[in-house]
Amino acid sequence: MKRPSVLLSAVAMLTLGATAGQTDDLTAVSFGGAYGAAQKLHMIDPYIEATGNNVLFEDYSGGIAEIKAQVEAGNIQWDVVDIEVIDLERACSEGLLEVIPRDILPPGDDGVPAEEDFFAEALANECGVGVIFWTIIYAYNTETIEGGVPSAIADFFDTETFPGKRALRKRPQVNLEWALIADGVPRDEVYDLLATDEGQARAFAKLDTIRDELVWYESWSQAPQLLNDGGAVMVQSANGRIFKDIQDHGRPFVMVWDSHVFDLDVWAITKGTPNLDLALDFVKFATGTVPLSGMQDVAYGPTRRSAAALVDPAVVNDLPTAHIDKGLKADGIFWADYGESLGEKFNEWLLQ
Amino acid sequence: MTAASLRDRTSQSGSTLTREEMAVATRALNRRRLTAFALVTPLLAFIGFAFVAPITTMLHQGVYNPTVAELIPDTLARLQDWDGRGTPDDSVLATMAVDLKRLANDRTAGKLAEELNRGLPGTSSVVKATARKLRNVADHDLPSVGAALLLEANDRWSSPELWRTVREAGKRYSERNFLTALDLERSPDGEIQRRESARIYIQLYVKTIKMALIITVLTFLLGYPLAYMMANSSSRVANTMLIFILLPFWTSLLVRTTSWIALLQTNGVINSLLMGIGITTQPIEMMYTEFATIVAMTHVLLPFMVLPLYSVMKGIDPSLMRASLSLGARPIPSFLRVYFPMTLSGLSAGGLLVFIISVGYYITPALVGGTDGQMISNVIAFHMQQSNNWELAAALGTLLLVVIVCLYWAYDRMVGAGNIKLG
Repeated sequence: MKRPSVLLSAVAMLTLGATAGQTDDLTAVSFGGAYGAAQKLHMIDPYIEATGNNVLFEDYSGGIAEIKAQVEAGNIQWDVVDIEVIDLERACSEGLLEVIPRDILPPGDDGVPAEEDFFAEALANECGVGVIFWTIIYAYNTETIEGGVPSAIADFFDTETFPGKRALRKRPQVNLEWALIADGVPRDEVYDLLATDEGQARAFAKLDTIRDELVWYESWSQAPQLLNDGGAVMVQSANGRIFKDIQDHGRPFVMVWDSHVFDLDVWAITKGTPNLDLALDFVKFATGTVPLSGMQDVAYGPTRRSAAALVDPAVVNDLPTAHIDKGLKADGIFWADYGESLGEKFNEWLLQ
Repeated sequence: MTAASLRDRTSQSGSTLTREEMAVATRALNRRRLTAFALVTPLLAFIGFAFVAPITTMLHQGVYNPTVAELIPDTLARLQDWDGRGTPDDSVLATMAVDLKRLANDRTAGKLAEELNRGLPGTSSVVKATARKLRNVADHDLPSVGAALLLEANDRWSSPELWRTVREAGKRYSERNFLTALDLERSPDGEIQRRESARIYIQLYVKTIKMALIITVLTFLLGYPLAYMMANSSSRVANTMLIFILLPFWTSLLVRTTSWIALLQTNGVINSLLMGIGITTQPIEMMYTEFATIVAMTHVLLPFMVLPLYSVMKGIDPSLMRASLSLGARPIPSFLRVYFPMTLSGLSAGGLLVFIISVGYYITPALVGGTDGQMISNVIAFHMQQSNNWELAAALGTLLLVVIVCLYWAYDRMVGAGNIKLG
């Protein structure tokens, strides 16, 4: 495929110039913040210590655009990338990722073979190995909320009982699912309905009812901040960020688990990386029982049964894995189909 | 020496210059030209590399997309004879099955899926799931049972709409991204019509230009008196003021934008102040609005207006105003008819700078704009980073360029671009 490869390789050459001489190092990329810190503590640093290989650990903000640019320019800067499953499906089928053989994965610390030890979702796509279960919930601030105790998604859309601003991430994903659920659609019918014109219209109509009370933000880091500074009384957030704020700063936040939309993050390897062996070695190490169990620091659920067994009982209730029955699994295939067209419709709706 | 003899000598010397002398002179001239050219070569190379090449690539990418044509050439060749109605015949379907199996094994079925999905949402999963199912079918079976397998995998393979999408996406050169960028599409009969689904881009262009105009006018209203004061005060005062203008200019854009968040947010400085002195009892919603975008961008872009104005005003002889006053003009008419026209060149430069920069602005609207503060650049970024539709992003970017060039042309016709002066 002839993309603007001249331009890309030019840019790549410039960046390569800046990092020349480091090709022996492995570059791992993830989302930063508290999650990145937990990965550094439990995966990167122990790996460096155990093997002596150097690992550069960098941040990105998700999406597959940068991986695509590197693969198409034939100049791989990122060897191992933490990807959301919602993007994994697309990246893998477009040939941007290496297939990770299952037989190299180590058994759990209790001796159970990897394929049985991992939850099925964690190995569902051949290009990735699951790192965490994480989820999107909404949280409220007990000091600013009025009208009672919100407990369901419908309460998020009920501005009469619970007045005040609500903050959502500015994208159609999760918001449209929640709108339908709040409108009375059973969780297991949401994606089927959202594939139809009527379903989409119904979701936008439901969002319309709280339009004046909505605040939109761009990145997850803004969510706890909005809740704390009074910008909103309820915010949509990744569960780990709210958990971390409660734990570290004692914030008066409460998470509502009803109809949370959960997903996985995986380690994946960029196609054509010159450090393939090293990358596989790192993935093997980082998806072992002990490193995975460290993800409980940010209240993300481990993807191995043996790692789940090591979770501190005090934290268990804050993990998405403890609330799976109340949740909805984000449908990566649906969003690969409708992400772009609903993205356009969402933008149109915003402009109205 | 008389004029006549001089004329005589000149014409003589002109005609008596030997061929050799002329060659020497030409060589010397050429050498000088070459040296001059060599001196600017690095600059030209840089402009070509960093400016002309990327823009040309962008223009080209907006119309050229060979992905599908390269992925399924055989199917497209067979699809040529299809009349666009009903399901294409089995040979086409079987060829598609062969192509899909090859793509599934090369791990490129996702590329085809993404391209087709753009024309017809919902197609991505059809293509990927079918490709997965075909992966294990033996090659020699495919031509005979391929068509049946395709229909069995998903009945949408019988829909003419899907095949029209395949045929459309298979064109290497196509204007469809530009049509989308103008909220248009082709109907099944090939007529150009308004898009049935989301129509957002025209609205966004209009809004972007409107906001850029508002910001330009605001920087003028704020910047002109400021520049005038600076130009007409002692150099010590002027320098101090200049530093106050340049300091924010040197500060990181992100810092300036985030400090506006601190000022404008619901429980921010301004709201606390207003509530503290009792002007309002409820905090006013200023953050995440068009208002916030305009305020923050006016602040960020103010130096681009003040600096050219100041340098032009600095060069205006103060005695001209005094002369006009002493000749009996009243202050306001003499300002409007003597002073103001002389500052127009600086105003043109500042206005154009602010307008063009704000049309393409991205970070500030993304951070403080919320819902209504979105501009076209945010949507271009969306297509670059999230939907991965680089072709549409290229078309949108090209149109933005065209709009700016048109506006510049109109400006040149009305005001004249020749008088732009930066100092």
